[in-house]
Amino acid sequence: MSHHLIEARELHYQYPDGTSALRGLSFCVHHGEAVALVGANGAGKSTLLMQLNGLLLPSAGEIRIGDLPVNRRTRAEVMRCVGYVFQDADDQLFMPSVFEDVAFGPRNLGLEGAELESRVRAALETVGAAHLADRAPYRLSGGEKRAVAIAGVLAMSPDVLVLDEPSEGLDPVARRRLIGLLTSFTHTRIVATHDLELVLDVCSRVLVLDRGQLAADGSPAAIFGDLPLLERCHLEPPPSWRTRAPTTA
Amino acid sequence: MPGIDGALRALSSLDALAARPGPATRLDARAKLLVTAAYIVAVVSFERHAVAALVPFAAYPLLLGAWAQVPAGPVLGKLALASPFALMVGAFNPWIDTAPMLQLGSISVSSGWVSYASLLLRFVLTVSAALLLVATTGMRELAAALGALGVPREFTAQLLFLHRYSFVVGEEARRMATAARLRSAGRGLKFGAWSALLGHLLLRAYERARRIHQAMLARGYDGELRPGRPLAWKGRDTLFVLAWLVMFAWWRWGEPVAWLGRLLTGSGA
Repeated sequence: MSHHLIEARELHYQYPDGTSALRGLSFCVHHGEAVALVGANGAGKSTLLMQLNGLLLPSAGEIRIGDLPVNRRTRAEVMRCVGYVFQDADDQLFMPSVFEDVAFGPRNLGLEGAELESRVRAALETVGAAHLADRAPYRLSGGEKRAVAIAGVLAMSPDVLVLDEPSEGLDPVARRRLIGLLTSFTHTRIVATHDLELVLDVCSRVLVLDRGQLAADGSPAAIFGDLPLLERCHLEPPPSWRTRAPTTA
Repeated sequence: MPGIDGALRALSSLDALAARPGPATRLDARAKLLVTAAYIVAVVSFERHAVAALVPFAAYPLLLGAWAQVPAGPVLGKLALASPFALMVGAFNPWIDTAPMLQLGSISVSSGWVSYASLLLRFVLTVSAALLLVATTGMRELAAALGALGVPREFTAQLLFLHRYSFVVGEEARRMATAARLRSAGRGLKFGAWSALLGHLLLRAYERARRIHQAMLARGYDGELRPGRPLAWKGRDTLFVLAWLVMFAWWRWGEPVAWLGRLLTGSGA
């Protein structure tokens, strides 16, 4: 389905202070793919994610979500298609109750009444947080906050999910639950992370960023087997890679 | 840092009270807001030496608190937190205004002391009424009620965000203060270090505000916070407002103290 194709062509981005964060990135992500975005700190992962839903616009080059080029005019439509889960869930959960927070997006889309209610309930159900509906977001645990933040994005029925460091700060059980949740989705998923174990469990493809450029693009097996590449990009194969390698590679 | 910790806990404890089901929390937030506003106006409308005339007004927070089963602890705690302001504002009255006004036995009380007492009494009454409003209503409903009564959305949104992020920024302040204390080798922080710490906190808060705004934009925010569940005004709300307004009017313009006196001494009216 071409509608959900994500395509970047010669993407450049320069911050107002002159820092060049992206330097000529080109790639294409297909419908339903789960793609990991890995790289050292400052490699440009977060900047690229923000380009995907129009929070930042390219300095040069182009990025397309389906048939839409991302620009000032299409930004609102792009933001609906591309659900963005922020790194710090506290930045995303600003409404006074969990229900209200998940309802924030759909309400902005014009939903109300029973339709809004069922959309919110369904999103909370999907992430296993239906029982939290009336709680105040600041009183939730890290794992619960993450789940609710994802529900808030799901409630907008996005075609693409973009997640920035989704497993950061989660305890092992909450992290395991998140991995289960991410594998269950059929959306196109783009996950920026340092958690390479999560990449092995969730993603079928890995983009390696190095100082704003695409250093490699391939399957987890191909990437994690390439030690010189990993070393150059400040990465290491995930600990379980050695035991998994014979079956996965 | 127990100071910041305590303040954060106190703030969330009031809100937690409002989440309990009960007769007072079920009332429409607008009813409670209107009654509280009328109460505050009535209390501050007395002339500045009024003391005895204010006493009947203590019945409102006492009755409401008892009815709503709000524990006295958190309310008194926050009253104490706010008290330095009231204590300071009127502290010079007794020295400036020394004209004798009242004769209690052999002691003559100056008019400055009387006005100071009146000020403190008003502070206790109005602030405890406001605290009870929060404890029986909660910030979210309160903001909704303010919006429904015509307060611009920009202000109600600010109120909600201030409340929500006081926890997050407060938590950040606590961590920074702890980190600074751990490296101060038990000598306390110098003034310069404090100013750097505060500056840093401001920058972090600013950075966070930017990220929150981005998160809002990412979910279709277009400058308007759409209201949540609509408020529902019922018969009991009308009754609540009317009953208290009648009481306040009587306390303000009637002579409840004299009436009570006659009632207690049994002298004919």
